[in-house]
Amino acid sequence: MNTDKQLLSKAKIVVVGNGMVGHHFVEEMAKNSDYQITVLSAESRLAYDRVHLSEYFGGKTAEDLAMTTPEHYDELGVTFKTNAKVTKIDKVAKCVTTESGATYHYDKLILATGSYPFVPPIPGKDQDHCLVYRTIDDLEDIANSAKVSKVGVVIGGGLLGLEAANAIKQLGLQTHVVEFAPQLMGVQIDGGGGRLLKSKIEELGVQVHTSKATNVIEKGDKCRYKLCFNDGSELETDLILFSAGIRPYDNLAREFDLAIGERGGIVVNNQCQTSDVDIYAIGECALWNNFIFGLVAPGYAMAKVAAKHIGGVTGTNGELAEFTGADMSTKLKLMGVEVGSIGDAHGKTEGSLTYTYENQPEGVYKKIVVSADKKTLLGAVLIGDTSDYDTLLQYMLNAIELPEAPEGLILPMAADKPTLGVDALPDTATICSCHNVTKGDIIAAIDCGAVDVGQVKSGTKAGSGCGGCAALVKSVADNEFEKRGLVVKKDICEHFAYSRRELFDIVSVEKIKTFDELLSSHGRGLGCEICKPVAASVLASVWNDYILKKPHLSLQDTNDTYLGNMQKDGTYSVVPRIAGGEITPDKLIVLGQVAKKYNLYTKITGGARVDLFGARVEQLPPIWKELIDAGFETGHAYGKSLRTVKSCVGSTWCRYGVQDSMSMAIDLEHRYKGLRAPHKIKFGVSGCTRECAEAQGKDIGIIATENGWNLFVGGNGGMKPRHGDLFATDLDDETLVKYIDRILMFYVQTGDRLQRTSVWLENLAGGLAYLQDVIMKDSLGITDALEEQMATIVGSYQCEWKTTLADPEALKRFQPFVNSDKGDSNIQFVTEREQIRPARDEEKIAVTIIDATEKEAVAEDA
Amino acid sequence: MTTTTNKTWRTICDSSDLVKDSGICALLADEAGNEEQIAIFHLPNSEEKIYAVGNYDPIGKANVLYRGIVGCIADEPVVASPLYKQHFSLKTGRCLQEEQSIAVYEIRIENEQVQVFY
Repeated sequence: MNTDKQLLSKAKIVVVGNGMVGHHFVEEMAKNSDYQITVLSAESRLAYDRVHLSEYFGGKTAEDLAMTTPEHYDELGVTFKTNAKVTKIDKVAKCVTTESGATYHYDKLILATGSYPFVPPIPGKDQDHCLVYRTIDDLEDIANSAKVSKVGVVIGGGLLGLEAANAIKQLGLQTHVVEFAPQLMGVQIDGGGGRLLKSKIEELGVQVHTSKATNVIEKGDKCRYKLCFNDGSELETDLILFSAGIRPYDNLAREFDLAIGERGGIVVNNQCQTSDVDIYAIGECALWNNFIFGLVAPGYAMAKVAAKHIGGVTGTNGELAEFTGADMSTKLKLMGVEVGSIGDAHGKTEGSLTYTYENQPEGVYKKIVVSADKKTLLGAVLIGDTSDYDTLLQYMLNAIELPEAPEGLILPMAADKPTLGVDALPDTATICSCHNVTKGDIIAAIDCGAVDVGQVKSGTKAGSGCGGCAALVKSVADNEFEKRGLVVKKDICEHFAYSRRELFDIVSVEKIKTFDELLSSHGRGLGCEICKPVAASVLASVWNDYILKKPHLSLQDTNDTYLGNMQKDGTYSVVPRIAGGEITPDKLIVLGQVAKKYNLYTKITGGARVDLFGARVEQLPPIWKELIDAGFETGHAYGKSLRTVKSCVGSTWCRYGVQDSMSMAIDLEHRYKGLRAPHKIKFGVSGCTRECAEAQGKDIGIIATENGWNLFVGGNGGMKPRHGDLFATDLDDETLVKYIDRILMFYVQTGDRLQRTSVWLENLAGGLAYLQDVIMKDSLGITDALEEQMATIVGSYQCEWKTTLADPEALKRFQPFVNSDKGDSNIQFVTEREQIRPARDEEKIAVTIIDATEKEAVAEDA
Repeated sequence: MTTTTNKTWRTICDSSDLVKDSGICALLADEAGNEEQIAIFHLPNSEEKIYAVGNYDPIGKANVLYRGIVGCIADEPVVASPLYKQHFSLKTGRCLQEEQSIAVYEIRIENEQVQVFY
């Protein structure tokens, strides 16, 4: 055994084919540096993601789909040749020869040649514009043909056929699907599911023709071709796409005498060895147990088994790695229609029983197949709603005993719908079937030091295949973190073992009004710069006191204390509110006069307001007095609160505006100004779908429609841009405001410290649909309370600057020194583009001189 | 301006000028006209109750420390710079995150007068 292994460790491995499975094998094998790996690919490209091929038409490039790069293979020490089709295997001399005559010696040969699309032998099939859907080159052909075509037909209504149909529909063709069988996706789903799927796909504008066999392809009358069916009917089309199943690429094996199945496929054993023990076959070219697996997950599993077998990797008891078949369950979105298929979807198991739920108006079909004793789940079909997929799959894969009334698993609104906690899953439960990652693997990754979901994913590859298991991976990992007390740490700081949300509940329920009360009852120590502003924000959200009231004063960040934004030199900027960006010429003149008088650097902000920089603390009160006398109010640019509502002029001026976005923006800005939140909040209101206010990039985005307003939630610019999610459509003014009241207050109550709405929404368990339920269907029964709380806050608004100016005690804070009337001599400016900017260190001059010039400057102004 | 050479306790302000759990700033000047800004923090719930440190933030390079939020980190009373949030110990002046420190001054409250030794 040992000598064997040593000999093998110097072995040369040649991999024929660089599809997804061939590439996976390379990655697995390259973990062991004792092997010299050579990849020979007939295609011009290295491995790319065929599962997401249709996204090529959605704007993804070949680079986006690539699974590896020449540089990556160089790093792994893998030799590779593209355009190198292997034409000869010499089993005795153990070498392969390519088309160009190059010869490569191997100790172990891997055939990962994949499959090719089956084109039925219909007369006329070999003409131009009769294409297949398999490689990026095929897609380019399809795109070229579509440019000169109006109608397209896909022959084959299986999974790939429907993807292909989606692709040509995206290219703007009038699209048909022709299927020989009486239903679509006959392999994965049952008749009932097929019926619903057909009607949903037809709703999307794709015509489906089932039970049609094509006899011949002839020259068309209106289009380029016409399909003549065996029932006498015809269908005119310009482009024909064959997607009638796959056939294994086994010709090389066939020609050089490896065992081949009756209907094709290279016969392999449980270690994926062919009839020649030094030659392995994996993926869609391999026939295991008389079965070809046309999905990527089983291919990956074969790649792993072959790599382990070659590397001599055995289990803890010395057992060989084995391929033992694969679960063919699948969940996907076809043209926006959710489809899920699990296990024995057709109920072929003897004695099996089925439960079916169908909701035609909403287009949902769910069926489960259970064993005769109703104890185990055998299979399921889900159309239109696959939210139960993960749970059902785990029941099936792990033979978890079903609840007494299994139908509860698929019935909507079943009050006691059994949810399968991740705790209930055994360690062997497969979480990610693409990469065959079990719950145990995830736990092992955490044992090895992964401390967040991101690290778990990169360590195990879980969730990096089709991505369907992402939510499940997160909950398994989070559950494990929590068990270890390595809690997805929600404590805000060392002084409070609570999250912001928990503090919010404590403050409201226990009617706590000050930080001192909160600290003595629920915290420890003196507090810090993290918990104090959080407490200030929560107290402000619940009670809406003046934030500079004595007990709250010391809690505020400097920006809130001085009601301005501190700049790098310790001066502040001044931003009055200009609601909706609308300002009278007189007010604009006042801004200019104030800026000039106090020599402030002046800039228009991204939020359509004016920012005045370089105000010393002692200048803030006189500046604000002048502004408030002229009718301005604070803009809260310093607060974790509503900033701006950006707007276009809307129907008042614009030729295209369909609603008065300007009035709406101003009303909303005045309604929510001063509201304290976990982080700043920005709004946008656009008067038509041209979206000039960029509302979809805001926390709350509103876009006018002919019938009212569309509401978007959770948009963000900045560090991690995100488009808002469409929350509701065609709302009237009153409903719009009602929903925003509820959403904002729900965010204020439940958001984490410094969590923008975008991240908040992404982290809400249940996401957008959950938020919609809470806000629009009142699933938590809290909407009245949310509205009431918002009404209290709206009703108790005060301009913080106005209050401050009227309070001599508060104004004391704006004196720079308690024992002197001087100013800070370290604050110095130089001129650039006719305005001031802070002096750099090397530009600063001695203190006494600057004092003199400043006095002169002040004198001039006076 | 006071002109003396010997260090002694000098009155800065009334204790009523202090702000609970927060800072104020004072200007110290010597006979040569050299000025120093100090930040004075009043933490009635901590051991010493009152602290004085330099007001200049050596990392942010601005006179702003008195505007920082005070609290404690592992029982050490600290002020967090309002610019970049580093913590400075109010007892030792040491920065907890970087190799920097600020001056520490002796301070006391006598007959409702805040006095600094300089």
